[in-house]
Amino acid sequence: MVILWTDALIFLLLGLMLVLGLYLHQKEYMKRPLQQIGRSKVAMVSLVVLFFFMLVGLLDSVHFKSAKSNDIVSLLDVWATPLREQGEKTYSAPFAVYLYSKEMMTQADGTQQWGYPRLQFGGAHLTDPEAQQTSDITEKALYGFAQGAGLVIFFLFLLWSVLLEQHKPFMNSSSAKAAWAMVFLIVSVNYALIYLSGYYHVFGTDKVGEDVFYQAIKSIRTGLVIGTLTTLIMLPMAIIFGILAGFFRGWVDDVIQYVYTTLNSIPSVLLIAASILMVQVYMANHEEAYTSVIVRADMRLLFLCLILGVTSWTGLCRLLRAETLKLREMEYVQAAQALGVRRRVILLRHILPNVMHIVLISVVLDFSSLVLAEAVLSYINIGVDPTTYSWGNMINGARLEMAREPIVWWSLSAAFVFMFALVLAANLFADTVRDAFDPRRGGYE
Amino acid sequence: MNKPVLTIEHLSVTFNQQQKVVDDISFEIFSGETFALVGESGSGKSITALSVLRLLPNNARLTAAAISLHGDNLLHRSEFELCKIRGSRIGMIFQDPMSSLNPVMTIGSQIEEVINLHFSLSRQATQQRVLELLQQVEIPEPEKRMKDYPHQLSGGQRQRVMIAIALAGEPDLLIADEPTTSLDVTIQAQILALLKTIQQQTNMALWLISHDLALVSNLADRVAVMQRGKIVETGITAEFFSHPQHPYTQKLLDALPSMQSCFTHNVEQKPPLLQVRDFSCHYPIRKGIFKRVVDYVKAVDGVSFDIQQGKTLALVGESGCGKTTLGKSLLNLIPASGGRVIINGIELSRLDGEELRQQRAHIQIVFQDPFSSMNPRMLVGDIVAEGIKALHPKISSDDRKARVALLLQQVGLPEDSALRYPHEFSGGQRQRICIARVLAVDPKLIVCDEPTSALDVSVQAQIIQLLKTLQQEKGVSYLFITHDLAVVAEVADEVAVMYQGKIIEHGPVAQVLSRPAQAYTKKLLAAVPVLQTENPKITA
Repeated sequence: MVILWTDALIFLLLGLMLVLGLYLHQKEYMKRPLQQIGRSKVAMVSLVVLFFFMLVGLLDSVHFKSAKSNDIVSLLDVWATPLREQGEKTYSAPFAVYLYSKEMMTQADGTQQWGYPRLQFGGAHLTDPEAQQTSDITEKALYGFAQGAGLVIFFLFLLWSVLLEQHKPFMNSSSAKAAWAMVFLIVSVNYALIYLSGYYHVFGTDKVGEDVFYQAIKSIRTGLVIGTLTTLIMLPMAIIFGILAGFFRGWVDDVIQYVYTTLNSIPSVLLIAASILMVQVYMANHEEAYTSVIVRADMRLLFLCLILGVTSWTGLCRLLRAETLKLREMEYVQAAQALGVRRRVILLRHILPNVMHIVLISVVLDFSSLVLAEAVLSYINIGVDPTTYSWGNMINGARLEMAREPIVWWSLSAAFVFMFALVLAANLFADTVRDAFDPRRGGYE
Repeated sequence: MNKPVLTIEHLSVTFNQQQKVVDDISFEIFSGETFALVGESGSGKSITALSVLRLLPNNARLTAAAISLHGDNLLHRSEFELCKIRGSRIGMIFQDPMSSLNPVMTIGSQIEEVINLHFSLSRQATQQRVLELLQQVEIPEPEKRMKDYPHQLSGGQRQRVMIAIALAGEPDLLIADEPTTSLDVTIQAQILALLKTIQQQTNMALWLISHDLALVSNLADRVAVMQRGKIVETGITAEFFSHPQHPYTQKLLDALPSMQSCFTHNVEQKPPLLQVRDFSCHYPIRKGIFKRVVDYVKAVDGVSFDIQQGKTLALVGESGCGKTTLGKSLLNLIPASGGRVIINGIELSRLDGEELRQQRAHIQIVFQDPFSSMNPRMLVGDIVAEGIKALHPKISSDDRKARVALLLQQVGLPEDSALRYPHEFSGGQRQRICIARVLAVDPKLIVCDEPTSALDVSVQAQIIQLLKTLQQEKGVSYLFITHDLAVVAEVADEVAVMYQGKIIEHGPVAQVLSRPAQAYTKKLLAAVPVLQTENPKITA
C-alpha cells in the first residue's frame, strides 16, 4: 500500500463530505431541499454520472506496489491491465485493425512491402478483417452490453426484494427511475466498451501506441483532483476574506483589499511557473525521497493545485465582499444585532447562507475553467507532469496532429467527451442544488 | 358630461393561465374628470392600467370586449400603432420617481426625447417647450434645472419631472399609478394640487390609482373600488364616502385610522422607563486626499425625551429628519456621538462589547419592510428562536420550541408557521412574525420603525390592534416612528415632532394634534388628507 499526498487528501475530502452529509441529514431545514433534489430528474441523472466519475477517480487513488514490475500502480490499473500493456507502435484509429501509418513489412515469402501493417493487439484474433470486422464488433458490443444489462437488472431485483416497504414509493418516483435508467445505460455501455477493449482499441491509440481509452479514464482522477483540491484551497480563503472584508469594513477591509489587489496584479502564470520550478528543485535536492516517477508527478500535481488555488481566490473574494456589504445593511442582520446575537453567529447564520448561491455558481464555473487551465498550462510545460495522464496532456499531444491529413481526431475527441460529461453533470447538479436551497424558489418546477 | 375618453368593457387578465388577476371589469372615464381606482395591494388595479397600454408581462393573457380611446378600439391596433398612442394620447406616471428616470441623462434631455418622439419641432422650439413644461409643473428656475441630473433633485421635484414627461405628449388621458406613495405628506399635498391644476388647465382626463381612501376623497370626481380583480362598487365621490354600499368598502373605511381617536387615551402618569438626554448622532463629512473631516451631518442633534412604562411615544417627521437614525442609534445599531440613554436604571450608552450584548433585550426594534427584515433562508421557528438562543443559551431546545409556539399563537399566527419560510406569508403576517421575534426576549421597549406603512389599511388596523393588545397584556412601551399622523392619533399617548434632527414639539397626543404650537406641526397636520365626509377640523 502506497499513499500518495493527493490520495490522502482525496480520501480526507470524501470523509469530510460524508460527515457533513450525515450531520446535515438530521437537520429539520435540510429535509425539504434534499427531497427537492431527490425529486429532480436532472439532478439525479447528473448525480449518477458524477458518482461514476468519482468511483473511477477513487479506484485510481488506491495505490500499491505491483508485485510483478515493482511499479506503483492503482486498483484501476490492475483492473485495466490488458489496456495498459497491449500497446501498439504508434497511432491507430478507433476499432482499427491496421496501423495508421505505412511501414516496410516483411512478407511470409521474405519480400519487402510498403503498406499498413496489422496491429499487434487490435483485432488480432480476426483472420479475415475486411469480412469479419463489422459483425465481430457488433456481436461483441451486444454481448458486453447484455452482460452489463443483466448485472444491473439482477442487482435491481435484489435491491427490490430486500428493500423496506416504506422506501418503495421513492423507488417508484420518476426521478429514481431516471437515475436507474442512467445507471443501466452507463453500466451497460461501459461493459460493452470494456469487453470490446479486450479485442480492440475502442478509442484508438496515440503517438506511442498507448490506448486512448485508458488515458481518458486515467485522466478522470487528475481532473477531479485539480477541480476539487484547488477549490478546497481557494474556497476558505475567498469566503473568509470576502465576508470579513465586507462585514467589518474599516482596516480589515483595507488590508484584505490590498492583499488581493496585489496578488491579482502579479501574472498568475509567473507565480505558477515559479512554484513548479521550486518543487522541481526541491525534489532534485531530496532525490532519496522522490525515487519513483509517480511520486514526483504526484508532488507536482499537488503543488499545481496549491498554486492554482492561491492565485484564483481573488475573483470570488471580490464578489463575496460586495454581496456582504449589501447584506450587512439588511434589516434582518440589524435585527439579529439588536437581539444580542454574537457577530460570529451572524456571519455564520445570516451572511454565509445568503452568499452560498454565489459560491456555488462560481465554484462550478471555476471547476470547468480549472480543468481547462491545466490544459493551457501543460502547453507551456508548467502544468502537470508530462507523465501524468490528464485531459490537458491529451489535448496538448493531439494539438500537434491537428494539421495531419487525414486528421488524428480521437485523442482530442476522447478528452473532449470525458471533460464535457464531467463539467456538464457538475453544472446541472449545481443548478438544482442552488435552486433547492433557495426557499423562495421552492415549489416552482 | 361629454363623451367618454376611455371605455373599458369586460376586461380580464389571467396570469399563467390560471390566476385571474383582473376579472371582467368595465368602466368609463370622461374628459375633464378625475377617476380613482382604489384597492388594496394585489387587487389588480395596476394591472388594469398596464393592460390599457398593453404593457403586461409575457405570462399574462388579456381578454376584453373593447378598450376604446375616444371610441377607437385599442385592441385592434398593432404594437407599432400603440407605441404612438403611448405617451402622446395616454400618459403615465409611476410610483417610484427615482427608478423611472434615467440617472445618466439630464432631465431636460429626457423631456426633449419625449417631445421629439411625438412632435417634429425645431431645436429652439423644443427647448422652449421643455421650459414651458417645467414651468407648468412649477419647478423653480427651470432654465438652470433642465441641465440637472435626476439625483440632484429632491423626490418631489423628480415626480414633477415625471409629470412633465407625461404631459410632453399632450395626452387626453393621464394615468397616475400611486403618484405620491413614496413622498412625504407635505410634498404629496403639493403634487396632488399640481395634478389638479394641470387637469383644469388642459381639461384632460385623470385616472388615479391609489390605496389611500382619504387622498382619493379629496381629489376624485368618481371612485371605483377593486377587490380581488373585481370592481365591487362605483360612485360619485361625495355619495360614495357618505353612503358606502358594499361591505368591503365599509370595511375599508372602518379600518382607516381616525384623527378623533386621540382623545380617548388614558392620560394617567407612569414612572419613566427610558430617559434620553442630549442625545446626538453626527456623521462626519470627509473631503480631500487625507479624508479630513470638514463638517458633520447632524442627523440627530441634542435630543432629550422620556418614555413612560407601558406608554407609547410617537416620533413624527418627514423623511430625512433623523427619526429612523434616532431609533436605530438608541439600540446602538448606529453609533451615537453623544448623550445618554438610560433604560430601567441601566445606562446603555456607556456599555459596549459583551456587557452591551447582555443588556440588548431591553430595547428591540420592528422594521418597516416586512420583506427584508427576515433572513429568507431561515425557518420562521428559527427566526423567532434566535433571540432566545443568543441571550438565554441555557434554555433546552424543547422549552425553546414550546416558547416559540406560544409566541406565534400570541401574535395570531397558525400553529404550523414555525416550520415554514418567511416568503410563504403575507406582509401583515410577516410583520406579526417580526413582532413575535422581538417579544421572545421580553423587551421593555419596542422601537416600531414605520411598522405599518408598507401594509394595506385593513392589515394596518390589525397590526395596530395587535400592538395595543400586547401593550395591555405585557406592559411594554413603544417608540412609534411614523410619518402618518392618523396612525399617531390611534396609537400614541405622547407625540414628539422631529425636524432636521431636533425635537421641536413634544406633548400629549391630544394637545399636539389639536392645538399645535409650532408652525411646522401645523403644516404637517394641514397636509394630511382627511376623508371628506368627516369634519376636517379636530375639536376637543
